[in-house]
Amino acid sequence: MPATPMSKAEREQGDARVFDLSLHSLRELNQALHKLTPGSNETAWEVLNPKGSHSVAVGVDQPVSIDVRGSVGYYCAGMNDGAAITVHGSAGPGVGENMMSGSIVIKGDASQYAGATGRGGLLVIEGNASSRCGISMKGIDIVVHGNIGHMSAFMAQSGNLVVLGDAGDALGDSIYEARLFVRGKVESLGADCIAKEMRPEHIELLQGLLDKAGVTGVKASEFKRYGSARKLYNFNIDNADAY
Amino acid sequence: MAYHNPPTTPRKSATFDDYTLSEIRRAAATGIYDIRGAGAKRKLPHFDDLLFLGASISRYPLEGYRERCDTSVVLGSRHAKKPVELKIPITIAGMSFGSLSGPAKEALGRGATIAGTSTTTGDGGMTEEERGHSKTLVYQYLPSRYGMNPRDLRRADAIEVVVGQGAKPGGGGMLLGQKISDRVAEMRTLPKGIDQRSASRHPDWTGPDDLEIKILELREITDWEKPIYVKVGGARPYYDTALAVKAGADVVVIDGMQGGTAATQEVFIENVGQPTLACIRPAVQALQDLGMHRKVQLIISGGIRNGADVAKALALGVDAVSIGTAALVALGDNDPRWEAEYNALGTTAGAYDDWHEGRDPAGITTQDPELMKRVDPIAAGRRLANYLKVMTLEAQTIARACGKNSLHNLEPEDLVALTIESAAMAGVPLAGTNWIPGKNGF
Repeated sequence: MPATPMSKAEREQGDARVFDLSLHSLRELNQALHKLTPGSNETAWEVLNPKGSHSVAVGVDQPVSIDVRGSVGYYCAGMNDGAAITVHGSAGPGVGENMMSGSIVIKGDASQYAGATGRGGLLVIEGNASSRCGISMKGIDIVVHGNIGHMSAFMAQSGNLVVLGDAGDALGDSIYEARLFVRGKVESLGADCIAKEMRPEHIELLQGLLDKAGVTGVKASEFKRYGSARKLYNFNIDNADAY
Repeated sequence: MAYHNPPTTPRKSATFDDYTLSEIRRAAATGIYDIRGAGAKRKLPHFDDLLFLGASISRYPLEGYRERCDTSVVLGSRHAKKPVELKIPITIAGMSFGSLSGPAKEALGRGATIAGTSTTTGDGGMTEEERGHSKTLVYQYLPSRYGMNPRDLRRADAIEVVVGQGAKPGGGGMLLGQKISDRVAEMRTLPKGIDQRSASRHPDWTGPDDLEIKILELREITDWEKPIYVKVGGARPYYDTALAVKAGADVVVIDGMQGGTAATQEVFIENVGQPTLACIRPAVQALQDLGMHRKVQLIISGGIRNGADVAKALALGVDAVSIGTAALVALGDNDPRWEAEYNALGTTAGAYDDWHEGRDPAGITTQDPELMKRVDPIAAGRRLANYLKVMTLEAQTIARACGKNSLHNLEPEDLVALTIESAAMAGVPLAGTNWIPGKNGF
């Protein structure tokens, strides 16, 4: 248990384990989360007063729920492996970076590199995401209700990026096998990224992602699909001007 | 009697030498730049240009085989709850599974463990072979993040954030399709058989302020237990060291341009970055200026070959050195016993550097199941351990001759330089003079 006394808010939060970052250090929070073992009764957590702190709830590896009441700084929920983390605010750069499994929901906007290198799980951004959303993604599913910035899905290897709004410049530059679904306008496509046919299996996949992300009133058929042309997979000097 | 003009001896150009001509012809024929492994092959100012003075009337030596000369080193004491403690100041540099075969990675782990030192993962994630056989394993955190996961992060003994490497500061790795086997493809989340280009820049941070926050995240994920190294190529050693310290590094690793790579453009290897010797003094100076010398440890790599190189690097102020190419040679790389096969590949033992092609006759830089059987991990590991022990004994021999009871007590005052260039780079006097170029305005 934390060394310092509980705040009034902490005492009043019922069943959830409440952690007030104005009273306890970040290190105490993350260490308490890392001490959780399978079958722990402390399955619901609330984090109060994050006030833009970096690295909130990073490296959690148990299927607990964590509600962060406020906005966070860099790398919130980094390397999450199984937890359901909700940020009731906006998130700084690198939210959910390298996520393995579980889910992360950002009620506000997300800064650069959201979901970078993520390997699994679901990241939902209910606002907009900035540049490089899904950069180097390796299996994660990302659903953005708003728009995403430039260079998103750069070198994206695997997984699905769903954007209900618009995408900025150079979408999917040097993309490998990730799938990109954009409902709005794409400013431009990056090297080796092309528009692709939406076949029935893609509609089905996308509809499943929209359902999982709690998106209603939007049809999968409204999206366009983008992915790799696979022309740069093996080096050919005649493609040099494409890089 | 007719006078015959005496013939002149045919003279080849120093500028357009045979290698240069062959490279022009190769480029013209193929339309692609040359890619190869290893580090800079050109002649560079190096540790050979330095000499130890040894003992004399004013300095007395220790007995060569009797008096203790400590070789141990602790890395990561600045912030980590569990610093890395090594018996010798020679570590094994990061080399990926993918570029190296599984048995080669296992052999590195076995050899390092016998010798009491650490080995390092590479741009391809952590394999069971190396974790299982390495008592102390450093886990690299690279721009590609191939194979990165929190479980392996916590299984590591230290984390090395790789910003760059000496063979290619500013460049990313590459692994050509022929080495992307099923297992390599799975570890890197890539389709089999494609050319894999690793990113040159981290996906989720840029600049020293971000790096500080990234290091905080890694410390939080690992509960502040693991030492965090920051590795850079030999580019701007003074500022890179200062910025790594500012960002919170426990250990700074600097890799000079002789440091090897699995595969990069020849033009990059030979023309970008600084020699190892040129990187040490600026890095030590940065640590001294910040009051952090010996508090943040400095590891140098790139062209370390023997105990004299180790002793010279330590005398210039580093805490440990790292070897890559030399370790591969100890395992059996470029061994003349495979000469006929090297010839068949158009090369010769000692010059083979097409490590990216996956056809290594020695079975080290390959994913070919038949070729990799040529590496017996136990025997190769033993050879590496022997080699590390010889290097350590050699360094101790020199240190004792200089009157030092610890390798870390060696100092710049024990050295002189044979050339003006090396004197300037190492900050030690030109032999026979008291002149250190650049000092006192001269």
